[in-house]
Amino acid sequence: MDTEILARIQFAFTIAFHYIYPPLSIGIGLIMVIMEGMYLKTKNKQYEILTRFWLKIFAITFGIGVATGIIMEFEFGTNWSVYSRYVGDIFGSALAAEGLFAFGLESAFLGVLLFGWNRVSPKVHFISTIGVFLGSMFSAVWIVVANSWQQTPAGYHIVGEGFNARAEVTDFWAMVFNPSSVDRIIHVWQGAFLAGAFLVLSVHAYYLLKGRYIEISKKAFKIALGLATIVSLTQLLSGHSSADGVAVNQPAKLAAMEGHYEKSAPADLYLFGWVNDETQEVTGIKLPGGLSFLVHQDFDAPITGLNAFPKEDRPGQVNAVFQFYHIMISIGMFLIGLTLYASFLWWRGKLFDKKWLLKIFAFSVLLPQIANQVGWFAAEMGRQPWIVYGHLRTNEGFSQEVSSNQILFSLILFLVVYTLLFLLFIYSLNKKIKHGPYDEAKNPDEFLKYV
Amino acid sequence: MEYFLGIDYPTLWFLVVGLLFSGYAILEGFDYGAGAWHLFFKKDLSRRIAINAIGPLWDANQVWLVIGGGALFAGFPVMYATMLSSMYVPFMLFLMLLVLRSSAIKFRSAEQMLWWRKTWDIIYFTSNVLISFLLGVVLANILQGLEIGENYSYKGGMFFSFLNPYAIMVGLTTVSLFMTQGAIFLLLKTEGRLHARLTFLLKKGMIFFIVSFAVTSLYTLVFLPGVTDRFKENPVFFIVPVLAFLAVANVPRLVSKKKYGIALVFSSLTMAFLLMLVAVQLYPVLLPSSVDPAYSVTIYNAASSQKSLGIMLTIVLIGSPLLAGYFLFLYRTFHGKVKLDDTSY
Repeated sequence: MDTEILARIQFAFTIAFHYIYPPLSIGIGLIMVIMEGMYLKTKNKQYEILTRFWLKIFAITFGIGVATGIIMEFEFGTNWSVYSRYVGDIFGSALAAEGLFAFGLESAFLGVLLFGWNRVSPKVHFISTIGVFLGSMFSAVWIVVANSWQQTPAGYHIVGEGFNARAEVTDFWAMVFNPSSVDRIIHVWQGAFLAGAFLVLSVHAYYLLKGRYIEISKKAFKIALGLATIVSLTQLLSGHSSADGVAVNQPAKLAAMEGHYEKSAPADLYLFGWVNDETQEVTGIKLPGGLSFLVHQDFDAPITGLNAFPKEDRPGQVNAVFQFYHIMISIGMFLIGLTLYASFLWWRGKLFDKKWLLKIFAFSVLLPQIANQVGWFAAEMGRQPWIVYGHLRTNEGFSQEVSSNQILFSLILFLVVYTLLFLLFIYSLNKKIKHGPYDEAKNPDEFLKYV
Repeated sequence: MEYFLGIDYPTLWFLVVGLLFSGYAILEGFDYGAGAWHLFFKKDLSRRIAINAIGPLWDANQVWLVIGGGALFAGFPVMYATMLSSMYVPFMLFLMLLVLRSSAIKFRSAEQMLWWRKTWDIIYFTSNVLISFLLGVVLANILQGLEIGENYSYKGGMFFSFLNPYAIMVGLTTVSLFMTQGAIFLLLKTEGRLHARLTFLLKKGMIFFIVSFAVTSLYTLVFLPGVTDRFKENPVFFIVPVLAFLAVANVPRLVSKKKYGIALVFSSLTMAFLLMLVAVQLYPVLLPSSVDPAYSVTIYNAASSQKSLGIMLTIVLIGSPLLAGYFLFLYRTFHGKVKLDDTSY
């Protein structure tokens, strides 16, 4: 296989694997802030037990997130050296800000968060929890800013020609607040909150089904359900706003998302379907003119289609972009329905009466994870053939001097190490869940009073 | 060219990157160094104490690598891209070993089984030694220069060319330097029999360090062309090797007096002075080309725009007091001897 394909496979694999963990850390982080805040406010020991339990799970997700994240920071240089030289002037300051403002904050407070229970006062510990949580939120900001700049470049000019061409920053704030960054930061945060909230929902639904730790599980379930309901609903807004931005800034991506080929015609909105790139036809269930309506509030408004772009300037994998995008939307809709229904039962005082609903919650932990992954797939594959939209092509961005054998070597290493890491993650997560929060109390008799 | 305090921006950023990598070497030096002693402790309890000595700190210390890498990318993208893609294999190994090392810290004490702990102990020890070694290897390859051609394209070997005799020598010296640093740090954090054992081990470690340091220094002076030019041009810089030598000599003296706190300061200074030596020697070159000096990566042809460097210097001015505050808070919280409790690894 050629170097470009291998470099792309390796990057996709390492970034997708990495992206399992940071969203969980952000989401669990927020829930821990709520739990520990409740503990400080009410002095109810149940919240302390919950905080300590989730801290243990947080420790694993955060640890793997950092370890796999450092790889990403250096992989730009190892495998995408042309791209790195091209964007360094812009991308670099975002990464440097991430390191200094966000990663510094979260990593320094992490030590106190994990090992400080017996060393600092509850208030200082709570401040550390907030510090780590905010740090992880800021990390997301800078990373998404950098990626958004690749999608919708702003605040720059191109200097030099050919091999020496590169983007230089002209307006820092225009670069930071490029057309897509705000929508995407909020959307990514929400995806992260859902990943964390649904893990909490799943674990405590499992306990409730097993009849273990009933009292604290009910409390945790309600916290996570409240968060999940609000976030899944509001994520619809950031998603819509994001898609509006794509319509303006990356029309080829929008067209690929709905399999819309005609140069300029009203576009349909598919519930699901299958794109045939040869015949340029989509088979599936659709709302005619639906996409036109979403973008222009008019069913007959024309939308730029894929055929408006030369073949070499539009995404190659239209069906893949279409599928990933639609899986994300379907999951989002399902989560809205699920959380709204559960909240309705909560309001009627019957939240924990239906076993089948708890079972659905126990399994739906995977859904936000899948949505986060396929959402990124759609965003990144929809940007193709560009690595920097409109300026640098992916097939120009990789390291020319690295041989395919070298990448094959590192790719195999990654496969082995990451498989091991994933198995360890699942094993220890499972063990901690099975074991429950029992460990957290020094006195078992006293512990049993609270759960 | 923009100036601040009479120094041009690329030079300022060179100092920032140098400072960050010195911080990384000093802090992760004792982390990696402590890990490189791991199999020299026989009892499970000793091994747990050694891991928990760095337990709350290593994640924060690693920030220096993350910021250093980010600073290199941001300030000298050409250097970042050329260095990482030219030395693809050592850097990939380095990154993979970092992942294994983190996993070992997290998972080692999570199970009681003997085979589990022994396996992780071996992984932990090996990864710490090899990480330290590879850092030295990379530094040596930079000092020797790489086969960089036109447009910063690397023309050299793919897999094993980075493992030349000089690189192996610098690699071993780095391991010995980190082990000294790590042992002194552990002496500060331990008591009782483990403390006594470490005093014994540190003596051996310092012999290893002084021998490898002497051999590498000699080899550098004799075989690396032009290594003394800078000092002949500008004798003021002779102060750096003199300071480095004094710091090195001071460490065994302080250790024998059991002044471990100050000894750690001086072994940290050793690293700082040695890196300063490298910096003085290279400046303004970042990565010499062994093909033609005209192809070398320098702080001027590698730098980001003046505008971008200005923005980042502002970021550093705002960020570093914050970072210093976090570190003070963290190190004060975990000051003193290791005490295992229910939150420990």
